[in-house]
Amino acid sequence: MAWFTKKEEAPQELLPDIWHVCSKCNAHVFKDSWENNLKVCPKCGHHDRLSARERIALLVDPGTFREYGQEIVPTDHLGFADAKGPYAAKAAGAVKKLGISEAVVTGSGDVEGVRVVFAVMDFAFLGGSLSSGAGEKIDRAIQHAIDFNRTFVMVSASGGARMHEGILSLMQMAKTCASLQRLQEAGLPYVSILTDPTTGGVSASYALIGDVNVAEPGALIGFAGRRVIETTIKQKLPDDFQTAEYLRDHGFVDAIVERKDLRHYLATLLAYRQK
Amino acid sequence: MSETAKKNAKAPAPTAWDVVKLARDPGRPTARQYAEGMCDEFLELHGDRLCADDPAILGGLARIGKTRFVLVGHQKGSTTEERIACRFGMASPDGFRKADRLMKLAEKWGLPVVTLVDTAGAYPGLEAEQRGQGEAIGRSLLVMAGLQTPILSIVTGEGGSGGALGIAVADRVLMLEHAIYSVISPEGCASILWRDGAKAPEAAAALRLTARDLVALKVADGIVPEPPGGAGRDPATAVALVRKAVVDNLRALAGEPGGMRLVEKRYRKFQAMGKFDPRKAVRT
Repeated sequence: MAWFTKKEEAPQELLPDIWHVCSKCNAHVFKDSWENNLKVCPKCGHHDRLSARERIALLVDPGTFREYGQEIVPTDHLGFADAKGPYAAKAAGAVKKLGISEAVVTGSGDVEGVRVVFAVMDFAFLGGSLSSGAGEKIDRAIQHAIDFNRTFVMVSASGGARMHEGILSLMQMAKTCASLQRLQEAGLPYVSILTDPTTGGVSASYALIGDVNVAEPGALIGFAGRRVIETTIKQKLPDDFQTAEYLRDHGFVDAIVERKDLRHYLATLLAYRQK
Repeated sequence: MSETAKKNAKAPAPTAWDVVKLARDPGRPTARQYAEGMCDEFLELHGDRLCADDPAILGGLARIGKTRFVLVGHQKGSTTEERIACRFGMASPDGFRKADRLMKLAEKWGLPVVTLVDTAGAYPGLEAEQRGQGEAIGRSLLVMAGLQTPILSIVTGEGGSGGALGIAVADRVLMLEHAIYSVISPEGCASILWRDGAKAPEAAAALRLTARDLVALKVADGIVPEPPGGAGRDPATAVALVRKAVVDNLRALAGEPGGMRLVEKRYRKFQAMGKFDPRKAVRT
């Protein structure tokens, strides 16, 4: 066969699985080394999102995590359907795909030997949205902290309240804050860890009212979306707007801690509890 | 039956979108009109004691007959100038902190709190974010959850998301007949889930945001009737109906246990919202 009639072969895929492309600086790094680096870009330090399970493995001493409320799955309270179909199917799909029952995983676990109660959000589960199931899991976790006299640690990663459960999602903001009020009444510490992203209704309920608010570098944290604000005020916003650093500089985040240091930082913080 | 009544009986029930339009009717009474119209006395109090006085939140000491209370409400404004000045009732962090301060005053002085909710949402702006809009709302939820004095909230128009809830963690939540209360605006929901803002009427129906929906979902405790055609058609009657609702409900709340028992009851009330029931959960 003459070379000019030879069919062009499809270019072979260049083993895409071995590379991770940083979503911030576009650097190509070996996936293995990126994962070993806790999903932090070794070139620019960009902290990529972690699943709730990865987060728990990062913060909790191996073998000490006891999960609560795995039976709490989403509920389609409104019979909601949008352009893409029914919410019930979407929610069931997320449970199946991610192997967690809701957008938050709760349980108790040790941090360098100190037992605390955790609620860890997972952005991959419908944008980490706060639903009645998620609210219930958080409420129950806080109750566990009160019952067992433990510090409560919240790790947020959420786009806000889940629209598909309508007003009942909004009410979870009140429900979780009412639980936190009881935690406060009981004199128990509340540490809030804000990760990328923490926005909307989650930023406007439990995420920013910790006794101590800790954030990961570069995390997006804010109430209203950038585009909504730009449309409202008709001006461009600064590049660092709504980053963890911006919130620290404006007085809403106590400390920015790199992922590799987070577990030890948390343990150091917990050692200050004297009651 | 009169001719009009027959005609009304034949008229189709309003759609959720019709109710949204009624709830946003600019002719509806504003918080200030309620305060001045229904109260025998209203002493407006200004400022958050930190840096500002947000005109989007109206607050003060109020009296109807012998009943004294602290009144807090979103102020949308009546004239164009006023609407712009108070950002159409969209509160800044300063507004939520002003509300907190007034509610703590109520607790200290032994007064109940009445809030009038009417906002498209909390203000999305540069300064609002810089001064901690999220923190301010979250703190309000915490303060209201623990307030040892009765709280009555009445959604008089638009109950828009966190900006509404920020002054509505109450022992009793009432809705005006044509008021709405929603996690997100129908337009916002449509543009995200339908990728088309024009699908707002569909989103409005799906969100279940009318007074009847809210009572059925056990988020609201009752409905305050409006004059025919809505509060915007006959503001004076609407104000009188709200006055009656305030008097009746504050009297009922005064008869209930106070202090920590009230706080406990309020917690139970919100805890019951969207309570998990395995029989109703999605099948996985």
